Amino acid sequence: MKNSKAGPRLPTQPGTTAGKPEPRLGQDIQAKIGRQLRAIYDDVVNQGVPERFVDLLDRLDKGDDNEAEQPKS
Amino acid sequence: MNVDQSVRAALLAAIPSLRAFAVSLCGNVDRADDLVQETLLRALANIHSFQPGTNMPAWLFTILRNLFRSEYRKRRREVEDADGSYADRLKSQPEQTGHVEFGELREALAKLPPDQREALILVGASGFSYEEAAEICACAVGTIKSRVNRARNRLAELMAIESTDDFGPDRATRAVLGGADPE
Repeated sequence: MKNSKAGPRLPTQPGTTAGKPEPRLGQDIQAKIGRQLRAIYDDVVNQGVPERFVDLLDRLDKGDDNEAEQPKS
Repeated sequence: MNVDQSVRAALLAAIPSLRAFAVSLCGNVDRADDLVQETLLRALANIHSFQPGTNMPAWLFTILRNLFRSEYRKRRREVEDADGSYADRLKSQPEQTGHVEFGELREALAKLPPDQREALILVGASGFSYEEAAEICACAVGTIKSRVNRARNRLAELMAIESTDDFGPDRATRAVLGGADPE
């Protein structure tokens, strides 16, 4: 067995350049990126609606006009 | 003001995704929630200009994005920073949300230009079409597509440097190695 860096030993194929991801590896990476991107996004989505926003909508619904367009510091 | 029940329901339904987008813009959950709050107030103040039955999430995302760019970029210049504090906040965000996975992707995302990161998230995570993302960002569909492509390519470069170890041999490689294709 040839000494290799950690990980799968990919044979050198004609047409590839050392250090450049092969097209299929690129597709694998894109799939991984897509999954992880949605996962970190969904981490926040899965927190649901914090109380502060439910309270805000409740307060506005009761006609408390002090809430209108006042930026909170 | 009275909040129409269907409007209230639509706003509540949009908040989780709005928060996620806001976090990606602000790099910080607290600032993101402030931004979402301002967005809700702005939306309600302008609810008469929203056409019922049209795409409320896209409308809300547009408001949020515009607020971010006009207010937050002026007041909080450190978001567009040279010293990397946005990247630091984005990296520390997992501690705030309780998940510490995907650090490699988070770091890579923080390195993207904001326009590319935003386009990628709208299309790749929020689930908008290219056309919807173009409306939200007030640019051409082609611009969104090129930003998304550049973002993807850049992320792939950044992550491939770290990640070639993560993949088993793909089908072509297995064929070359002579192993049976498990499928």
